[in-house]
Amino acid sequence: MELLIAIAVMALGAVVLGAALGYASIKFKVEGDPIVEKVDAILPQTQCGQCGFPGCKPYAEAIVKGEAEINQCPPGGDEGVRKLADLLGKEYKPLSAEHGEEKPKAVAVIREETCIGCTLCIQACPVDAIVGAAKQMHTVVESLCTGCELCLKPCPVECIDMVPVPETLDTWKWKYPVIEIKPAEGRKAA
Amino acid sequence: MEIVTSPHVLKPVSITRVMGQVCLALLPGIAVYSWLIGPALLLQLGIASLTALAAEALLLKLRGKPVSPFLMDGSALVTAWLIALTFPPLSPWWLTATGVLFAIVIAKQLYGGLGQNPFNPAMVAFAACIVAFPALMSQWPAQGLSLSFGQQLEVVFGLAPRIDALTAATPLDAMKTALKMDGVHASVQELLANQTLYGTFAGRGWEWVTSAYLLGGLFLLWRRVITWHVPVAFVLGLLLISGLCWSLDPARYADPLFHLFSGGAMLGAFFIATDPVSGCTTPRGKLIFGFGAGALAYLIRVFGAFPDGIAFAVLIMNLCAPLIDLFCQPAVFGKKKEAP
Amino acid sequence: MLQKLFKFKGGVKPAYNKHQSVGTPIATAPLPSRLVIPLHQSIGGTPQPVVAVGDKVLKGQLIGAADGWISAAVHASTSGTVTDIGPYLVPHPSGLSIDCVVIEPDGEERWIERQPLDYRAMAPEAVRTYLQQSGVVGLGGAVFPSHAKLTPSRDVPMEELVINGAECEPWITCDDLIMRERAAEIVSGIGLFRDLLQPKRVLIGIEDNKPEAVAAMKAAVQTAGEPFEVLAVPTLYPAGGAKQLIRVLTGKEIPAAKRSTDLGVQCFNVATAWTAWRAVAHGEPVINRIVTLTGNAGKPRNWEVLIGTPMDQLLPLAEPAPDTDGVIMGGPMMGFLIPAPDVPVIKATNCLIAHSPTLFPPKPPEMPCIRCGECARACPQELQPFELYWWSRARNFGKTQEYSLFDCIECGCCSYVCPAHIPLVQYFRFSKSEIWAREKDKKMAEGAKDRFEFKQYREEREKAEKAEKLAKAAAAQAAKKAAEAAAAAGSEASPAPPADDPEAAKKAAIAAAMARAKAQRAAVQPRNTDSVSPDQAEEIAAIDARRQQAGLEPPAPSPEPAPAAAPDGKEA
Repeated sequence: MELLIAIAVMALGAVVLGAALGYASIKFKVEGDPIVEKVDAILPQTQCGQCGFPGCKPYAEAIVKGEAEINQCPPGGDEGVRKLADLLGKEYKPLSAEHGEEKPKAVAVIREETCIGCTLCIQACPVDAIVGAAKQMHTVVESLCTGCELCLKPCPVECIDMVPVPETLDTWKWKYPVIEIKPAEGRKAA
Repeated sequence: MEIVTSPHVLKPVSITRVMGQVCLALLPGIAVYSWLIGPALLLQLGIASLTALAAEALLLKLRGKPVSPFLMDGSALVTAWLIALTFPPLSPWWLTATGVLFAIVIAKQLYGGLGQNPFNPAMVAFAACIVAFPALMSQWPAQGLSLSFGQQLEVVFGLAPRIDALTAATPLDAMKTALKMDGVHASVQELLANQTLYGTFAGRGWEWVTSAYLLGGLFLLWRRVITWHVPVAFVLGLLLISGLCWSLDPARYADPLFHLFSGGAMLGAFFIATDPVSGCTTPRGKLIFGFGAGALAYLIRVFGAFPDGIAFAVLIMNLCAPLIDLFCQPAVFGKKKEAP
Repeated sequence: MLQKLFKFKGGVKPAYNKHQSVGTPIATAPLPSRLVIPLHQSIGGTPQPVVAVGDKVLKGQLIGAADGWISAAVHASTSGTVTDIGPYLVPHPSGLSIDCVVIEPDGEERWIERQPLDYRAMAPEAVRTYLQQSGVVGLGGAVFPSHAKLTPSRDVPMEELVINGAECEPWITCDDLIMRERAAEIVSGIGLFRDLLQPKRVLIGIEDNKPEAVAAMKAAVQTAGEPFEVLAVPTLYPAGGAKQLIRVLTGKEIPAAKRSTDLGVQCFNVATAWTAWRAVAHGEPVINRIVTLTGNAGKPRNWEVLIGTPMDQLLPLAEPAPDTDGVIMGGPMMGFLIPAPDVPVIKATNCLIAHSPTLFPPKPPEMPCIRCGECARACPQELQPFELYWWSRARNFGKTQEYSLFDCIECGCCSYVCPAHIPLVQYFRFSKSEIWAREKDKKMAEGAKDRFEFKQYREEREKAEKAEKLAKAAAAQAAKKAAEAAAAAGSEASPAPPADDPEAAKKAAIAAAMARAKAQRAAVQPRNTDSVSPDQAEEIAAIDARRQQAGLEPPAPSPEPAPAAAPDGKEA
């Protein structure tokens, strides 16, 4: 008899918990593929294609599908790789050299006297950060430029330079405090 | 360029000073204790201190950390003293040394050294030794036993056989054993009447040692080295549970005052449970931590198998400390109403 | 009249060191040989220069016009010639340079035309704009444009106006002296603020270690017949923090996420009230301020200094001792060492402390945190600095925000009391600037993503539109051909509708598209090189040759542009 009661209690528990789980899976169902969104949110959205994919979103999709490594994004840098490793529970890898290296942030600047107004850079810019019209001088909107360098190659007169962004009071950051005690010092003292 | 940031003035405080004040506050207790037990206690303090400093220096070197600033911080000394004061005073030298090594090497340095240990190192050592060497850890010198310094030296260094007089229990342990014995129906009152074992309000002699610890604890409070939360909550927890049991059956449970001044209660309340590294840091968290430690100490010493419960109580609370702190985060300036 | 004072938690009592510089009255500093006036001296937009190199300027003349609402104008501190406009080192912990206007004084101190303003007859909005144009900013150290703070909240009635004369930082005495000597003008300035904000009460808080200032202010309030309450508050650092003073005087706590006007309070420094009154009553914009010169100095004193005075021309007035090895701008709790001796005095410069190793001994080495909780007990914002430190050290910035990092006012109390000598405040500043930078990057990335997606959408749409157009044209052509054929054959049969022969229509469409593409290619081929100068043509030829050599691109005529992409370029 006791055995039966025990079995009944366990069965009842299983039914109740199962129902709760089933309800939760319907109620809290997540639309779309949030993991791709999450990966995409970590990527720097430069749309530079250095990873070998036509934009950040396709790269995010490839990472999630397992078709790409997490260390193919130079603009995202080392920190980006670490974040991706963290998110996906993968092993951290240093940035892959074949996809380029991490550079300080720079923006494209068109040498205005050389520009011939061919519009090729405008077509190449993935984020519409270059303005101009045919046979008119073009210019890069500095605040919108992601520094992807995609406009450099198409320019027939090579009038686009990448100029590093200088540090200003707005972008200046407090540094990580220096830890003053160093092992060497202690060894000497000991 | 190294940026020297504000503030440009600092209060003249340091970890060394904090630890030094703790050691200073232990002195009255040490004085009364050694008057009660004899110079063996000072010997044990010496053994513990030397072992601790040597182990600390070695481990720091092995870990590639600077030795002198960390050796000078005094935290190893505090751990060593607490071990010397909680271990039986006539235990063999190697037992004290083992305890200290365990505390410094395993409970402290292997977790990352100063500030990183999740458990109170001295209490880890106590717990480890009482599990590993239960007999030795329960041998306290009998009341009225007077040995010369030479005899004590011989005992500590194992030059003489361990005499029977050493195998006594503490008044606290003796009472528990007596009350637990089957067939013997001695009441607490009858036991307390034993003038050789019990004094005015607790174990004979022991009552003054614990009172001296209380004095030292008040000094720490006055110097603002510790806050009132943990000691008050600890004493409250101990008083409340012991008072409850005592009011239910005064024949089987000793009165709260006896418990407060027996064993390591005062040492625990002011010196062990107040360890900031392994304890709670928020005001409410400290209250819970202290209360829990006090209550558990009583339960373990009365219903458990060990002579005293401070070590296990503190360790259990150490285990809970991070969680308690998480739930006791005080509200920030201007956000008090939003707090749940 | 007994006012109930409140308390804030925490706080520290460092050595005050104020007696050295209060013995002598404020004196006027001599005219320096040049003035370097930074354009960006307040929170908010950087003013644009309105003068050019070589211009003669008058004392008080506008040289930088406010840029946006949160910004304040900048003026010439004396008459002279503008010799340069460009980046100069400024007193900022970064050691970076910003645009400054350099003026060589002519020594005549010729003022602009100054006119008192009858502000009572003006609309409040006009008064605010006037204050902005006069460069009135908070002189307590935060340099927030005052006019913006003088706008009451729309839904919360103003209850208290708090005037900050607490001056809790050690060494600094400029507010003490200005209250002792210029109390009447300060009270008039407070009256101006009161008229703009319409609060129910005005509370003037002064730390009780300044009895002379309290007495002077009380007397001035009485003389003016104003209902202001002058209150001595207990001396406890940082009682002069705006949030702490508001708490002490009104019992209200302003959270980091809210403006004080949302709780019906506003707070101004006494020196700000003074400059506001000079601007209104005398038409004088903010061109000078009181600066305490003290520290390792023989003659500590307060000086009235022109904005832009290089500090190395100012500090000798205090006769600094030979072992001086630096200058702290601000107090020892929140100030910073200036990056170079010749940086100019700015509106935020309240105090210069000659730094010496004996006065400010080097910090002992940092030890590990023992979680003693001293910092939490000292924190006036009731934070848990050791937790913030833990997460900042680990660069876990999400956690630092969970522990209310942005409620930190960087007062330095936690670092001051830390027995492990951990530079806690620097960890918090590091975390804050990292978080700000990340937010900026994130916003930038989001914008880039949106534009990228829109570009893709636009390209798709254009492609679709083009295809549709081509299909229509082809269909029409097919229909025409069919009609022609039918006519030529003289057949009576009606022309077959194009829908009957989709295959033919498609083929025609493709043929048309190809023809069009060919035309496009032909149009692209010259690459707009028909109107370039001979020089440019030469350069292009050279570059093309180089490219060809490098194998980057097949030689022109390039078959590269795809039919669909080529027209895009034309339209872009």
